[in-house]
Amino acid sequence: MFVGAVFFPLLGATLAGFFGRWLGDRASQWVTVLCMALAAVCGTSAFIQVALGHAPAVIEIVTFIDVAGFEVNWALRYDTLSVVMVAMVTFISTLIHLYSVGYMSHDQTTPRFFAYLSLFTFMMLMLVTADNLVQLFFGWEGVGLASYLLIGYWYEKESANRAAMKAFIVNRVGDVFFMLGLALTYWTFGTIEFATMFASIDQHLGDTILGMRSLEVIGVLLFLGACGKSAQLGLHTWLPDAMEGPTPVSALIHAATMVTAGVFLVARMSPIFEQAPVALTIVTIVGASTALFAATIGCVQNDIKRIIAYSTCSQLGYMFFAAGVGAYQGAIFHLFTHAFFKALLFLGAGSVIHAMSDEQDIRKMGGIWKKIPATYAVMWVGSLALAGVPFFAGYYSKDFVLEAAYASHSVAGMYAFICGCIAAFLTAFYSWRLIILTFHGAPRADHHTMEHVHESPWTMLVPLVLLAIGAMAAGAIFVEFFVGHEWEAFWNGAIVNGAANHIMHDVHEVPGWVPLAPTVIGIAGIALAYALYMLAPQIPGQLAARFHGVYLFLLNKWYFDELYDRIFVRPARRLAYTLWKVGDARIIDGMPNGAASLVLEGTRGAVRIQSGRVASYAFSMIIGLVAFITIFLLGATR
Amino acid sequence: MTWTLILPELVLALGGLGLLVAGVVPKRVMHFPIAMGTLAALLAAAALTIAQPDGVAFSGLYVADAFSRFGKLLVLAGAALGIILAIDFNERSGLARFEFPLLLLFATVGMMVMVSANDLMTLYVGLELMSLALYVVAAFDRDNERSAEAGLKYFVLGALASGLLLYGASLVYGFAGSTNFDQIARALSTPESASTGLVVGVVFVVAGLCFKISAVPFHMWTPDVYEGAPTPVTAFFAGAPKIAAVVLLVRVLAGPFGELAAQWQQVIVLVSALSMILGAFAAIGQTNVKRLMAYSSIANIGYALMGLAVATDAGLRGLLIYMAIYLAMTLGSFAVLISMRRDGRAVERIEDLAGLGRTDPMMALWMAIFMFSMAGVPPMAGFFSKLYVFLPAVEAGFWELAIIGVLTSVVGAYYYLRIVKVMYFDASAGAFDARPMGLSLVLNVTGMFTLLFILFPAPLIAAAQSAIASILE
Repeated sequence: MFVGAVFFPLLGATLAGFFGRWLGDRASQWVTVLCMALAAVCGTSAFIQVALGHAPAVIEIVTFIDVAGFEVNWALRYDTLSVVMVAMVTFISTLIHLYSVGYMSHDQTTPRFFAYLSLFTFMMLMLVTADNLVQLFFGWEGVGLASYLLIGYWYEKESANRAAMKAFIVNRVGDVFFMLGLALTYWTFGTIEFATMFASIDQHLGDTILGMRSLEVIGVLLFLGACGKSAQLGLHTWLPDAMEGPTPVSALIHAATMVTAGVFLVARMSPIFEQAPVALTIVTIVGASTALFAATIGCVQNDIKRIIAYSTCSQLGYMFFAAGVGAYQGAIFHLFTHAFFKALLFLGAGSVIHAMSDEQDIRKMGGIWKKIPATYAVMWVGSLALAGVPFFAGYYSKDFVLEAAYASHSVAGMYAFICGCIAAFLTAFYSWRLIILTFHGAPRADHHTMEHVHESPWTMLVPLVLLAIGAMAAGAIFVEFFVGHEWEAFWNGAIVNGAANHIMHDVHEVPGWVPLAPTVIGIAGIALAYALYMLAPQIPGQLAARFHGVYLFLLNKWYFDELYDRIFVRPARRLAYTLWKVGDARIIDGMPNGAASLVLEGTRGAVRIQSGRVASYAFSMIIGLVAFITIFLLGATR
Repeated sequence: MTWTLILPELVLALGGLGLLVAGVVPKRVMHFPIAMGTLAALLAAAALTIAQPDGVAFSGLYVADAFSRFGKLLVLAGAALGIILAIDFNERSGLARFEFPLLLLFATVGMMVMVSANDLMTLYVGLELMSLALYVVAAFDRDNERSAEAGLKYFVLGALASGLLLYGASLVYGFAGSTNFDQIARALSTPESASTGLVVGVVFVVAGLCFKISAVPFHMWTPDVYEGAPTPVTAFFAGAPKIAAVVLLVRVLAGPFGELAAQWQQVIVLVSALSMILGAFAAIGQTNVKRLMAYSSIANIGYALMGLAVATDAGLRGLLIYMAIYLAMTLGSFAVLISMRRDGRAVERIEDLAGLGRTDPMMALWMAIFMFSMAGVPPMAGFFSKLYVFLPAVEAGFWELAIIGVLTSVVGAYYYLRIVKVMYFDASAGAFDARPMGLSLVLNVTGMFTLLFILFPAPLIAAAQSAIASILE
C-alpha cells in the first residue's frame, strides 16, 4: 500500500513513456489513468491508516548512497504530514489524468504527455515521502525536470521553450540555496536523515557558521530554495510564463502540487525553523509581500490562466506567512484546500479555453455562461472557495491563516495580517472580474468561435465535479483535524511547534471581528467587481486611463521581468557570447585546430628536407656528426 | 676448442655456400628450392643458437651469451619471415633468381657476427658482410630505375657510414690501445682516461651504427631506399638488419663504453627525440605506403632508443622487448603491403587499400590490428612495447623524452588510423589478387603474436631480462 502509492505512477510513466508506441494512444492514456487510480486508492487508505489511525511508518527500500560514513537510505516516511500530501497528490493527479484524456484528445503525442504527467506525480510523491534531505532533493529536482518537460511540451512553440527554460533556470537559482542548505545541514548535524537530525537539534542550538547561528542560516537557505520552487517574491517570474504548458499541467504542477513543495519543505523542517526566529520572520514578510504583490497584478491581467497563476502565487504567499508565524498546520491546511479549488479553477479555465477554441484572453470572451453551464457552475464554486466565502473550503483555511497572523502578536505577523486582508479583497475582486468578463456581458469573440462553444466531454466534467465537491466540502470536513480541536492527535508530532509557540491555541482567542474580517472583505471585493464590470463596465477603462502609470506598472507585473532581463539575462548572455566566441571558438577549439595545422606545417617541412639528392643526405649526416661531437665534447669537459 | 661456439654462423655460412653450388649447377630455375634450403639453414642455425653455450672465442673476438642468443634468434626469425614474404612476390615480379635468398642468408650471417661481436674488428666484418649483401638486394630489380637508384644511394651513403665507423674505430684503437671490447672497458675504467680523441671516436662509431638503424639525422636514405627497393626487400630491411644493428649498438654502448654513459646518453636522447618527432611528422605527408612505413620505422627506432637513452636495466630490457614486438608488427604489416597486387601489378599507394574491409575482411582485420598496435592502442602488443620503454624513462627522470614520446604517438596514431579508415570507410578500389599461402602464414603468425602478447608476455620479458643481465653484470 505505502509502496504502491508511490510506485504505481512510476509504472504508468514507464509503460506510457517507453512502450507508448506499441500500446497506442488510447491504451497508454488509460494505463496511466489506471495506475494513478490505484495509487490514489493506496494513498487514500494510507491517509486513513496513518493520519486518522495514528500509525506512522517508515519503509526502507534500498541504500541509496553509501560512501565513507555518509549513508543515505531510500526510505518512504509516512507520517501525517507526508500522508496528507500523498493522498492529496494522488487524488488530484488522478483527476487531472482523467481530465487530460479529454483535454489532450486532439494532441499527436499523448503517450509522451501522460508519461511526463505520471513521472511528475512519482517525483512529487518521492519528494513528500522523503526520509532525508537528499531524497527530498531528488524529488525536488525530479519535479523540476518534469515541470520543464511539461511546460515545454509543445516544443514547436518558441514561447513554450522559452518559458520552460525560464522555469528551469529560475528554479536552479533557488536550488543553489537549497543545496547550500543541504550541505550546511550535513555540516551541522552530520546526518541528513530527518529523524536523527530532529532528535539532535538541542545539541546544535548554539552552533555558528560565519558568526551566525547555523540553524538560522539553514532556515534562510532552505527558505530561499523554497522560494524558487514556490514562486515567492523575487523568484516568482517563472510561474506566469509556465502557463505556456497545457492547462492540466498548470492545474497539477503549477497550482495544486509542485509549487506547494516549498511550503511542505518549511513544514517538514519545522523543528529547525522553530529554533530560527529570524528565518521565520523572513518567511512571514516574504510570504505576506508575495500575497499582496501577486494579487495586485492579478487584478489587471487579461490572460485567463495568468490571472489564476498570479492568484496561485498570492495564495502561496498566504501559506508561507502562515508557516512564518508558526502555524505550519494552518499552512498545510490552506495548501490542502487550495489544491482542490485551484485545480478546479485551472481545469475550469481549461474547459473554457477548450470551448472557446483555444482562446485565452478574457477580453475576447463573454456571454457564454448559458452555453457551458457546468463549467460556469464549477468556476463559481472555485471562485467562492478562493475568495473565502463561508462554508466553502477556502473560508476555513484562509480564515485560520489570517487569524494566526493576527494572533502571533508580532510586527511581522501584523504586517502579514494587513497584507493578507488587502490581498483577500483583491482576490475576491479579480476572481469575479474573471467570471464576469468570461461568462457574462455581450459576446466579444468572433462569430465563428461562438458557434463552436460547447460543453466539454465527460472525462473533463467528471474531474471538475469531483473537485467542485472537494472545494465545497474539504474545508468543513477536515478543519477539525487540521487545525481544530483534534489537531494534536491528527498531526501526531509530524509537525513540531516549539515550546514557546502557542499559536494553535491563541488562534481561538482572537477578538471577534478578526474571523469575520476576511468574509466581509471578500464579499466587498465581489461587490466591487460586480459594480465595476456588471453595472458600469465603462468605469474600469476610465480608471485605467486616469491612473495610467499605476495600471501599466501592474500590467507589466511590477517590471520584474524587465528588471531581471536588464540585470541578469542580458549580461549573462553577453558573457556567454564572449565565452563562446573567444573562449570556446578561439581558445578551446583553437588549440586542437592550431595543433593540427602546426603538425601539417611540420610535415611539410619534414618532407621538404627529403630532397632525394645523395649529396644533401651525406651533408646532413656530416652535420649531425659534427653536432654530436660538439655535444659529446661539451659533455666530456663538463 | 672454441670454434664450436660459432657453430650457428658456421652452419649458416657453409649451408649458404652449398646452396650456392646447388643453385648454379642445375639448368632449371632453382629459386624455390634454394629458398626452402635457405629456410632450412636458418632453422638449423636457430636450433644451434638455442643450444649454444656461453663463452668467448678467437682470442676475445667473438662472444656468445644470453644477449647474443636473444639477438640472433630475433634476427633469424626476421630473416626467415622476410624470405617467406619474398618467395611469391619475386616469382610474380620476374625476380625469381636463386641468388636472392642466398644474399639474404649471407646478410644474416653478417648480422649474427655483428650480434656476437666482441671486438671492433668483428663488428666491422659482420657489418660489412651484412651491408654488401643488402646493397645488392636493394638493387635486385635491376631493370627498374628506382630499384637501381635505391641500391646506389644506399651503397654510397652506406660507404660513407662505414668510413665514419672505421675512422671512429681507429681513433678508439689509438686512444684506448685496443679494439677488444673488454680491453677498452678496462682502459676506460678510470674516468680521466676518457680522452677527447676517444670520445670523438665513440661518436663516429655511434654515427656509423645510427646509419644502419636509420636514426635521425642519419636516416635520409631510408625513405628513398624503402620506396625504391622491391617490397620484400623493404620488408627485410625493416626487420632483421634493424634488430642486429640495434643490438650491436646496445652492446657497444652498454659494454666497452659503459663508463662514458653520461656523455653518450645525451646524444642518444637527442637521436631518440629527433627520430620520434621526424618519424611522426614526416609520415603524415606520405601517400606511398612504403615511404610511410619508412618513417614509421624511423619513429619506432626513436621509441626503442628511448630505452637505450635511459641506460638502466629496465630501459634496456624495454628496448629488447620493443624490438621483438616491432619485428612482428612490421613484418605483419609488410605482409599486407606485399599482397597489394592488382591485376598482376604491385600497387603501393595508401588509396589502393581502400575498401579492403569488404574485399578481404580477414587481411583488413589483421592490418587493422597491426595499425592499432603500432599506434599503441591496448590490448595490442604495441601498447606494451611502448609501455616498457616509457615506464623506465619516467622512472629514471627522462620526463622530456617520455612526453615527446607520448605526443608523437598521438601524431603517429593519426596516420596509422588513417589506414584503418581508408580500409573500412572508403569506396573500394577493387579487390587485390589472391593472397599466396606464404603471406597468410606470416600474417597469421605475426598477427597472433601481436594480438595475444597480452596473454603470454612472460617468456619474452624473461628472455629480455636475462639477455640484459648477461651484458650488464
